[in-house]
Amino acid sequence: MVKPLESTIGSMPTTSPPVLESVKTETATHCPYCALQCGMIVAAGEGREVTITPRTDIPANAGGLCQKGWTAGELLTNGTRLTTPLLYGEPARWDDALDHVATRIREIQDEHGPDAVAVFGGGGLTNEKAYLLGKFARVALRTSQIDYNGRFCMSSAAAASIRAFGMDRGMPFPITDLAAADAILLAGGNMAETMPPFVRHLSGMRERGGALIVADPRLTPTAKMADLHLQLTPGTDLALALGLLHVALAEGYADDDYIATRTAGFDAVATSIAAWWPERVERITGVPVAQLRQAVHLLGNARRAMVLTGRGAEQHAKGTDTVTAFVNLALALGLPGREGSGYACVTGQGNGQGGREHGQKADQLPGYRKIDDPAARAHVASVWGVDPADLPGAGRSAYELLDALGTPGGPRALLLFGSNPLVSAPEAGRVADRLAALDLLVVSDFVLSETAAAADVVLPTTQWAEESGTMTNLEGRVLLRREAVAPPSGVRSDLSILSGLAVRLGHDAGFPADPRAVFEELRLASAGGAADYAGITYERIAAETGVFWPCPAEDHPGTPRPFLDRFATPDGLARFTAVEHRPPEEDLDVEYPLYLTTGRVLAHYQSGAQTRRIAALTAASPEVFVELHPDLAESVGVTHGEPLRVVSRRGATEGIARVTGAIRPDTVFMPFHWPGVNLLTNPALDPLSRMPEFKVCAVKLERVA
Amino acid sequence: MTRLVVVGNGMAGARLVSEVRARDSRMDVTVLGAETWQPYNRVLLSNVLAGTSAPEQVRLLDPVWYTDHRVTALLGTEVTAIDRDTQAVVAANGLRVPYDVLVLATGSEPVVPPIPGAEHAVSFRTMDDCHTISEAADAATGAVVVGGGLLGIEAARGLAGRGLPVTLLHLAGHLMERQLDPEAGLVLGETLTDLGVQIRTGVQVAEVLGAGRPEGVRLADGEVVPGDLVVLACGVRPVTGLAADAGLEVGRGIVVDDELRTDDPSIFAIGECAQHDGNVYGLVAPAWEQAAVVADLITGEDKNARYRGSRVVTRLKARSVELAAMGETHVDETSDRSTEVVRFSHRAKGTYRKLVIRDGRLIGAILLGETPAVGTLTQLFDRGGPLPGDRAGLLFPGLPGAVVADSPVRMPDAAKICQCNNVTKGQIRACWESGARDTEAVAAATRATTGCGTCREAVAGILGWLCEQEGVPA
Repeated sequence: MVKPLESTIGSMPTTSPPVLESVKTETATHCPYCALQCGMIVAAGEGREVTITPRTDIPANAGGLCQKGWTAGELLTNGTRLTTPLLYGEPARWDDALDHVATRIREIQDEHGPDAVAVFGGGGLTNEKAYLLGKFARVALRTSQIDYNGRFCMSSAAAASIRAFGMDRGMPFPITDLAAADAILLAGGNMAETMPPFVRHLSGMRERGGALIVADPRLTPTAKMADLHLQLTPGTDLALALGLLHVALAEGYADDDYIATRTAGFDAVATSIAAWWPERVERITGVPVAQLRQAVHLLGNARRAMVLTGRGAEQHAKGTDTVTAFVNLALALGLPGREGSGYACVTGQGNGQGGREHGQKADQLPGYRKIDDPAARAHVASVWGVDPADLPGAGRSAYELLDALGTPGGPRALLLFGSNPLVSAPEAGRVADRLAALDLLVVSDFVLSETAAAADVVLPTTQWAEESGTMTNLEGRVLLRREAVAPPSGVRSDLSILSGLAVRLGHDAGFPADPRAVFEELRLASAGGAADYAGITYERIAAETGVFWPCPAEDHPGTPRPFLDRFATPDGLARFTAVEHRPPEEDLDVEYPLYLTTGRVLAHYQSGAQTRRIAALTAASPEVFVELHPDLAESVGVTHGEPLRVVSRRGATEGIARVTGAIRPDTVFMPFHWPGVNLLTNPALDPLSRMPEFKVCAVKLERVA
Repeated sequence: MTRLVVVGNGMAGARLVSEVRARDSRMDVTVLGAETWQPYNRVLLSNVLAGTSAPEQVRLLDPVWYTDHRVTALLGTEVTAIDRDTQAVVAANGLRVPYDVLVLATGSEPVVPPIPGAEHAVSFRTMDDCHTISEAADAATGAVVVGGGLLGIEAARGLAGRGLPVTLLHLAGHLMERQLDPEAGLVLGETLTDLGVQIRTGVQVAEVLGAGRPEGVRLADGEVVPGDLVVLACGVRPVTGLAADAGLEVGRGIVVDDELRTDDPSIFAIGECAQHDGNVYGLVAPAWEQAAVVADLITGEDKNARYRGSRVVTRLKARSVELAAMGETHVDETSDRSTEVVRFSHRAKGTYRKLVIRDGRLIGAILLGETPAVGTLTQLFDRGGPLPGDRAGLLFPGLPGAVVADSPVRMPDAAKICQCNNVTKGQIRACWESGARDTEAVAAATRATTGCGTCREAVAGILGWLCEQEGVPA
């Protein structure tokens, strides 16, 4: 039986609920991993064993699950859990750990000022946690120094969407629209490995005769499905988009009526695009002119078409402009804001959408408000019961924050929730040095991640199926994560940790540990903002299997397609912005003659802190590898299965050679789920989004003796 | 504040101005252009001629750009002299514009052969030429294009695409003889013939016939080729008169060093008018590389910026004709023993591919006819990187790594059928052996098909094969 809602969304239980012998309690909830947030039923059996089956009522997965989802129950039971706080490596009582953290925060802030304590969040945290973390930083710590790992994920697409549409809802239409499209261009995404059930929507389109175009330097499993694969040179996605727009305009595919009535700024883009004729773009991208034309014909002749971007196009020091170029293409073809068509960013992290809306970002307040907007400050301050003048301003972005730790003028303490930057940050060797220079590193996690292992204080927390809260999936649909099993004794929720610290810092009220209470406050704080959750309740989410934001009132149906009538700009028009391609921050040279690009494998998620602890996933994908072309393998003198060293200007790491014709001969690929590869990546930042250039840097290969 | 004056508002001059403004918003910038048009992309003129692009679609900078970026643009203003003593340029209308830094981007002008009646013909170089030809083409019954180089072929193809009968006359024995070997020229000619362009090579034009309006051309052997539109595409020569008159060193072009500086340190030259290390480039890519270097130097963005020459890739822009030619294409094993040539020819399909390799690196290539290899080979040529041992693979990139649709019979038990849930053929067989007869049963036992769902057919195929093998009804 499915547990009724009322029994699962109440206040956080502190002890296990009574479970009848041999009766399984089934709870409808969502997967702990990616932004697809597949619906799943978690059945808790006798003892602590858990079985998982897919839900069919959630459109995103419609009955599908990948191996990560099927095996997620092992996270709850496999014995790698942290259940006791660690204080300098020694088990400690909660009160002692929290007292120590609060005392050190006070001491450090007394000596160095409020900004000496920083907070780092994550795109996997629930909306409630993200919201309370932002409030905790601004109100309890009064620090401007808060950012999160979402900066490494969707920030370029977010900046570009806000620039073009006035609002960033990654996918501004229901995912089910995909299957009804006639053509989809996917730039830099590999859903067949990153979120497999997503592929069902692409397959649905193809079965109807629709065409899939994939731009990727690798012939990924997703690219193999494609009707047209544009195997571009790493770091040239922007040139590719410019070339596609050039062809679209030259061949008369521009939707003149749409451009005239729904957009502004086209003329400057049309002029700038004259410099991006297809033969020039071919030379830069390596994509033949004939394929550029074919891609445009498929998109331009489609009745309903979509342009989607993923991290491959976005994780560059020019990621915002790259996405803008793809948005310009979509706008010229008249796609955004038209039912069944559009532009979308395929968000990656579990709560990558919601996590970027409610204030854990350096420049942001809840409701996707800007922290430098006086009206936004006044509204949020009134909800928080503080003087707007007491709210700090914008702080450092994620990499800049990590890079400033322990430096003169930089933060001396860091509280870290839901992230593992020792594995996931660019130039991770440098980040390790910065973390080591801190006076205090506090990590909240449910496993001993690489970063937790380096912390002074580790606080063991509840995880997905042990807690309630809301997640906003890649569609902008707010979903309900329900507590399905009782947490092991000894752990506390992140909300409870923040609450406990706030009390110790003198805030007896304002930081509830109950997710529903936090959500009620989030509704008020977000009201009137771009991401307006005011009309969303736990009951509505349960009854409607999700509610699309913006939803300003309880009698408002939610907004599946927010741009149908107007865009979220002051005049309602979408903005074209002229952008120019430029080479990677670090291009090839004689010493470092190869591109390194990074990405995911099916069996692992993010830094691997969770999935590397699951036996079936480790069996499926046991170790880090270096994917390289047979021609390159021949020239290096390495064969399939041999260890290989990859070296950049910033560091070196090793992996097992995986020789395949599926990759360009000038490029090597490494998955980033293990420590190592991010020792090599380039922390050059996008000027707008502050996204690091994860997806391209220059390397050389060395044989391992 | 530094006063920058740019003479020439074509591809090179306009590019320099925007490169400078991308680096420096304060410098005082004046650009003088002899043409009255806003700068346009000359590369795309053949599209305009062919009627596939409107003139406004090839414009590189809007008038408002100059206002927004505080650049003084004097269009339709021909510069007639450089006064190096007072550091000023003098225009035909008497205007004097003082400079601290002067960049010459005067480009090149079409060569008009010294033959009688040449004035009845139209050159193909500028937007104005393009308009003249387009208007004439609307009324014409047949066109003659003189010159079978890149521009002549693009013009001929464009005119043929408008439905006009076109004859292309070329002096050399084969088309684009500078970029192509004879066989490539021949195959290209056949491709163009199929598209309605009649090709005559090895012919010399002696006279353009007509009085006011052309009536055709007379060849050296007396034969008359009729046509009421005659287009000259007989090559270009750098415009160097201004520099020569000012006493700057001029060879074929204005001689510049690695900083693109002339022998007067305050005067630079870029684009088709410049001669660097003995080379005068007639393509846009080198001009733009030069513009970036000069912009780096004069704004101080990168004082160490240097131009080291360009690798030349010629890409024909003519609908339904795919041609890329790069580097040294004329050498072969007989002329140079250290050279390795890989060649494939299929005239019936309009395909000709040739790679010229030295020391394991690509030094030249011809790719005629559509091929997905063009992007990769151009990049290998540009980067000068080592080539793989398998030369044939360079000419015929297949679908590397593509899944071979193997039959269940030959598939090993270890073959992974469901990627999403890591299920092998062996596991599906085991499942069948324990009684599973349909995909649902296999899914329930192994989770195969429950991820992305694309292996559904493969699973059904394996089950069907197992049933057939064992004579069990599925």
